[in-house]
Amino acid sequence: MSQNTSNVLDHFNLFREPEYTELFENKRKNFEFAHPDQKIAEIRDWTKTWEYREKNFGREALTVNPAKACQPLGAVFAAIGFESTMPFVHGSQGCVAYYRSHFSRHFKEPTSCVSSSMTEDAAVFGGLNNMIDGLANTYAMYKPKMIAVSTTCMAEVIGDDLNGFISTAREKGSVPADFDVPYAHTPAFVGSHVTGYDNALKGIVSHFWEGKERTPNEKINFIGGFDGYTVGNLREIKRIFALMGVDATILADNSDVLDTPADGEFRMYDGGTTLEDAKLALNAKATISMQQYCTEKTLAYIAGTGQETVALNHPVGVAATDKFLMEVSRVTGKAIPTELEKERGRLVDAIADSSAHIHGKKFALYGDPDLMLGLAAFLMELGAEPTHILSTNGGKEWEEQVKALLASSPFGKDCHVYAGKDLWHMRSLLFTEPVDFLIGNTYGKYLERDTGTPLIRIGFPIFDRHHKHRYPVWGYQGSMNALVTILDKIFDEMDKNTNIPSKTDYSFDIIR
Amino acid sequence: MSEKKLRQIAFYGKGGIGKSTTSQNTLAALADLGQKILIVGCDPKADSTRLILHAKAQDTILSLAAEAGSVEDLELEDVMKIGYKDIRCVESGGPEPGVGCAGRGVITSINFLEEEGAYDGADYVSYDVLGDVVCGGFAMPIRENKAQEIYIVMSGEMMAMYAANNIAKGILKYANSGGVRLGGLVCNERQTDKELELAESLAAKLNTTLIHFVPRDNVVQHAELRRMTVLEYAPESKQADEYRQLATKIHANAGKGTIPTPITMDELEEMLMEHGIMQKVDESIVGKTAAELAAEAAAA
Repeated sequence: MSQNTSNVLDHFNLFREPEYTELFENKRKNFEFAHPDQKIAEIRDWTKTWEYREKNFGREALTVNPAKACQPLGAVFAAIGFESTMPFVHGSQGCVAYYRSHFSRHFKEPTSCVSSSMTEDAAVFGGLNNMIDGLANTYAMYKPKMIAVSTTCMAEVIGDDLNGFISTAREKGSVPADFDVPYAHTPAFVGSHVTGYDNALKGIVSHFWEGKERTPNEKINFIGGFDGYTVGNLREIKRIFALMGVDATILADNSDVLDTPADGEFRMYDGGTTLEDAKLALNAKATISMQQYCTEKTLAYIAGTGQETVALNHPVGVAATDKFLMEVSRVTGKAIPTELEKERGRLVDAIADSSAHIHGKKFALYGDPDLMLGLAAFLMELGAEPTHILSTNGGKEWEEQVKALLASSPFGKDCHVYAGKDLWHMRSLLFTEPVDFLIGNTYGKYLERDTGTPLIRIGFPIFDRHHKHRYPVWGYQGSMNALVTILDKIFDEMDKNTNIPSKTDYSFDIIR
Repeated sequence: MSEKKLRQIAFYGKGGIGKSTTSQNTLAALADLGQKILIVGCDPKADSTRLILHAKAQDTILSLAAEAGSVEDLELEDVMKIGYKDIRCVESGGPEPGVGCAGRGVITSINFLEEEGAYDGADYVSYDVLGDVVCGGFAMPIRENKAQEIYIVMSGEMMAMYAANNIAKGILKYANSGGVRLGGLVCNERQTDKELELAESLAAKLNTTLIHFVPRDNVVQHAELRRMTVLEYAPESKQADEYRQLATKIHANAGKGTIPTPITMDELEEMLMEHGIMQKVDESIVGKTAAELAAEAAAA
């Protein structure tokens, strides 16, 4: 073996040593029975054609690489945003391992979450005993102040009744009589993680508010929605609110628990909306949601209590941030301070400085419904041309909303919207109607490799680049980060395209 | 939504007991009383609304959802049909026997109806639920904030009473944590021995009442052949009057439901013996063949 202690080869080089290349070759020849290279190339070329695209879009009973996750993931994301709250997923263990690893890979932070560990007997007899024991164990071992229950497919298929189960568990002494156990049914085979976020948040809010008298005050509530930039974004929002003097309750504030310091102390819980604040949030005069499609049911419930509700679509850019701040200002009566006006001016300046490079560039983008609306508006503001906008978890209403947005700008006129489509559809789009850049999450790197379209990583999850979640994309300063992320790729590509000495390097410039 | 409180009721009972017939006739009589009614059929065979709609079987929520791609793609008007006296009808539907999960279908359908505001403006929502409480899905209509009163349709037959007792067990499970109550038994006459007596006796044991004894009458079959309720087909008939009485009793029964006290299988058998329906079993002969018994007799 080529590996030895005096010269340790890393994974890049080790598998390129002759014994490995030979091994791979033999495996392919003797065991994989692969088609000849020529045939593979032929089929690969065929998948790049319009003919294949039409077949691909005619697909009915198969989804390939959907750009969405399941409801309980969103439910866990919302639950950890409350003070000392343990998310409790009623169902099988493997599901919970997935939520935990998914968040850990994106946020590089452990995510605590427990399962009621349903196995085959629970599937037959119902998961009541799992709920009773699970709540008791969670309460005893992890000492939470609240346990937020959601469900996986298994519990939903057999129809476990959370309300009944939780009250029975309470009667049996699993948790004290007055202990908070909000719940939400989050079948993974319905909707996506944004639906789960919505259901869980509605479950928590209604748990605290139901049957309570509302005494309106001057505060407002703020909901971020399911957001890969939650750490940076929520901190930026708090900074903006502090500058404006706005007294706001951030509901489901998971910015601290997803970014705990390494100072020798393990924090299973950190920060979060206090339970007291969650209760008092009923009295706020209004609730502002940054993501309409993450909060459809929650906002409808909140509106039913008499509060005003405002729903935005992941605002990024000058106009979208203007709208957000003006809504906050209108609702609270607080003026937008000079400091923020200056930030706005700086963003406008930065956009003007880089406009020549981004103007007219074509973009394909995919991701969650609200993020797509926010980014499409931003791109058009920059003079870029969104060309394909795809959202696996976007529906008809979303599609109409994006079309209306595109119709509002000349930069949107050649763009098509794809609701409910997946990344294999996107692959066909990129081959048949190529664009300059692709915006998406980490999974887009396969599309980048296949189609040669440079990927700009904006979205969730981002597993293969670190710390992006620490930088906001909301507010004028956040929008600046989004702008820089896009520009960096544009310049990298420009360099790549001009770096052959005495051939293309006439444009390999120091100054861009 | 009107200020009047929505009454949510459900009909449960062993398969083939005449549950759908009884419920549709009763609901038609309630509609005659001026009540606004929504029927939610929760039986995969989707026959809970045919007499009201004069239809073979209504397109179900799940079959329409399967066609459209998902439940989210459906609109309320796609799934709701209007029948006799403006009774609104939906069928949740479900898979063919042997595949899939019908219980989940009930959950999906009820969630859809609630989200789409199907219950707005109704005085009554009636769920018509398959046979027995077999899984969480079929118990969906008796969960918190759903049906408050359950009417069990039964007869004097052993298995019908067995099923009724089982359903009472299901209700008891949910009665402690929620508000569901047993509204009463409805006995659909099968002309078995001492049927009324037995039904009353079972009702007493279950801590409920026999709300009505519906006599057997061929006019029901005549009406069914025409896919009509008796109320519509022969409003002057004696049978129509029986359903009217049942409807009036149910209407007056609001808030009078009880928490059932289901009995054990042994107690049920004892009850049948008390009424002379079943003979006490001689334990010494159980499992012996005729030849063995003959040999024993010869030896004695």
